[in-house]
Amino acid sequence: MFETLRQSLKTGIVTSSYPKTPVEISSHARGKPEIDWANWKDARIGASVCPTAAIACEDRDGKRTATLDLGKCIFCGLCAEADATIRMTSACELSSCSRDELKNVARYKLASDGTQQSLIEMSGAVAMPIEPSSDSFETTGRELKRRVAHVFGRSLHIREVDAGSCNGCEMEIQGLNNPIYDIERFGIHFVASPRHADMLLVTGPVTRNMELALRKTYDAMPAPRLVVAVGACGCSGGIFGVNYASLGSVDRILPVDVYIPGCPPNPYALLHGILMAIGRM
Amino acid sequence: MNLLPSLVSIFDELTQRFGAQIEHAHAPQPNELYLHAKRELAGALCSTFYKKYDGRLAGVFAEDARAEHDVFFVYYLYALDSKHAFVLVRVPIPAEQPELLSLTNAVHAANWQEREIQDLFGIKLVGHPNPRRVVLHDDWPEIYPLRKDFDLRTELPPFTGVRHKFREVEGEGVFQVPVGPVHAGIIEPGHFLFSVAGEPVLYLQLRLFYVHKGTEKLFESLPIPHCLRLAESISGDSSFAHATAFCHAVERAASVEAPPRARALRTLCLELERLYNHVADIGAICTDVAFVTANMHAMRLKERVLRVNEQLTGNRLLRGMACLGGVRFDFDADQLRVLAQLVNEFEKEFTELVELIRSNSGTRDRLETTGVLKPEVARNLGIVGIAGRASGFDHDLRRDFPHDFYNEVQFTVPVFTEGDVQRRMVVRREELFQSFAIIRQVLGKLPSGSIRTAVDEVPPDRVALGYVEGWRGEIFHWIHTAPGNRLARCKIKDPSLQNWPALSEAILGNIIPDFPVVNKSFNFSYSGTDR
Repeated sequence: MFETLRQSLKTGIVTSSYPKTPVEISSHARGKPEIDWANWKDARIGASVCPTAAIACEDRDGKRTATLDLGKCIFCGLCAEADATIRMTSACELSSCSRDELKNVARYKLASDGTQQSLIEMSGAVAMPIEPSSDSFETTGRELKRRVAHVFGRSLHIREVDAGSCNGCEMEIQGLNNPIYDIERFGIHFVASPRHADMLLVTGPVTRNMELALRKTYDAMPAPRLVVAVGACGCSGGIFGVNYASLGSVDRILPVDVYIPGCPPNPYALLHGILMAIGRM
Repeated sequence: MNLLPSLVSIFDELTQRFGAQIEHAHAPQPNELYLHAKRELAGALCSTFYKKYDGRLAGVFAEDARAEHDVFFVYYLYALDSKHAFVLVRVPIPAEQPELLSLTNAVHAANWQEREIQDLFGIKLVGHPNPRRVVLHDDWPEIYPLRKDFDLRTELPPFTGVRHKFREVEGEGVFQVPVGPVHAGIIEPGHFLFSVAGEPVLYLQLRLFYVHKGTEKLFESLPIPHCLRLAESISGDSSFAHATAFCHAVERAASVEAPPRARALRTLCLELERLYNHVADIGAICTDVAFVTANMHAMRLKERVLRVNEQLTGNRLLRGMACLGGVRFDFDADQLRVLAQLVNEFEKEFTELVELIRSNSGTRDRLETTGVLKPEVARNLGIVGIAGRASGFDHDLRRDFPHDFYNEVQFTVPVFTEGDVQRRMVVRREELFQSFAIIRQVLGKLPSGSIRTAVDEVPPDRVALGYVEGWRGEIFHWIHTAPGNRLARCKIKDPSLQNWPALSEAILGNIIPDFPVVNKSFNFSYSGTDR
């Protein structure tokens, strides 16, 4: 007992204190890819190396429609290696309430050699952090606590369901409970039963073998309830997509309130997405 | 034939016994013997390898070769650990009579793998003690997804079949306790059905493959470079180990070798993966016996490794680091300093954590003699990895089949025979101390030079085996290449696939409240098993 106390006291507080501490992400971290849309010459380069078709292009009548879909992106950075107009940033707070908002679509006029001559138009909002701008885990958490308190009285209870994930997302969600992020200090609690939950956090492409269990879990939740799709697989089916064993994205099964891109999304990204879901209610 | 002398003599002995019924085929590595045999010989060869050459069945898998050869092929992968060699036996199964004589009665490790072949290829098992569905649950229609004439993108209608019937356990005071597939914690899905009389568990039935997502079929549809990213998503906590095993296979098929610096960096990453997973497991085992303080320290240490992972490779789970022919990112002097510092600090704090756990006698009381997997049971089931080493199976691919930089470093393999939860925790603890030593040795003799050998289009119709000792145990990837830089088949074998039945054995006689800690002490990968 004495040893336990001694070590705890010696370790001290490791939870990042707010509001001083900035987001602690290494400059090496790979987050959202950023494309210099106006000067993008050839979307086919990125499309050919992208393993999940997050970058895709389609040519018709001398025009090209090029898409960057953050819901599919696994942030591998292969496109940035192949194409200098694409740059990897460390931005990770990319959640969105709408699947379409994760897609950036640009239309180009094509040159005779198949490259892009000029940008005609762009659509799809480039996913921006929601207001107030969250420059640190703590300010995001504090804002979240305020909204949670407003909507649910005091706390938010989350039930997590792995509907087909590789376990990568689970690892980062578990990380929210570690003493560094300590999500419980914001009044957020992971619960064992859907009957106690306000929010369903779903990971993975939904597999055929998990389809029924996922539906039953959702049905067991009291209303009002929120559904958050986590990770590239949850948002879009990811690298697995739709096949004989996988139904793809979570929104093909349940109404999704917020999409959290990433492979896997880190704890900051997860918290950002949870906050967005609360803001919606 | 460019073979190890020991394999040449084995082949000669086999030829003497079986004559022209077995043929030698080209293998990409000198420590691999590839044999083509008659279907009837599978059992005889199996018992020969077990009895005469101290071998063990490391994997069973099939391939649809009806288009080229008018047959299915079933492969048996034997590891001859003491000879540091593998033998891969291929037998043909006629397309018009797809039946396979089961080896499960003799070798329990084949159980789920054979049933998987039956589910995915429609090759009927003959003589299997329990030939029920595993991968495709009972309510699925009759489809055989890994046959070449089945389209990956087939969208099946809602399932209407009869759902799985569990075996009934009856008697006065016997109760059934179903758990899952959605579990109470933030973990992967699976269904456990306990039959209990009072508190002790009489029987445990496992139902897995809830996260089966067609991964092996998907490998056949992607260009090889994209397959590598898919390999990173086979089991999230072993991203780098699976990706590296896949790289080894492709590199062998393409006859290229990763440069020394790349092999050293791979070794560092594999050990980092071991660090964060082992420390997390040790913490989780403590949580499951209500010693949460220790888990908090463990999670703190894990988070530190994840952040260093990000600093070194750009991703907390080391994703995106692997690349065919080497690694994608070199570590500069600053990054190497960060890594060296991590090891020093981690070791110091981990030592304190070990002392903390040791000082808590209640923890030890709960862990010792709990969830015992006896060595003879483990051997029968063919249990590998940490679980095997805690039950007397002295084996580690890093030592017995050194890959990457492991032949350049010295380390010991901790082995215990008690097979309880405590020993599975201690194996992890000791392996962590070995990992510190391995990382320091690699940092001390880090070769300079390039980090990547170019891998162009991989020639078609090559076969190769890739393997890595991940933190959980041995991972195998076997590939058969196809034209156009694609794969005709990729078999993924995570250690969990054959280790799961150990849980049913270890829990017998234990009480249900101890199940979480017993389960955690094995920490199998659901996704790696289900794929």
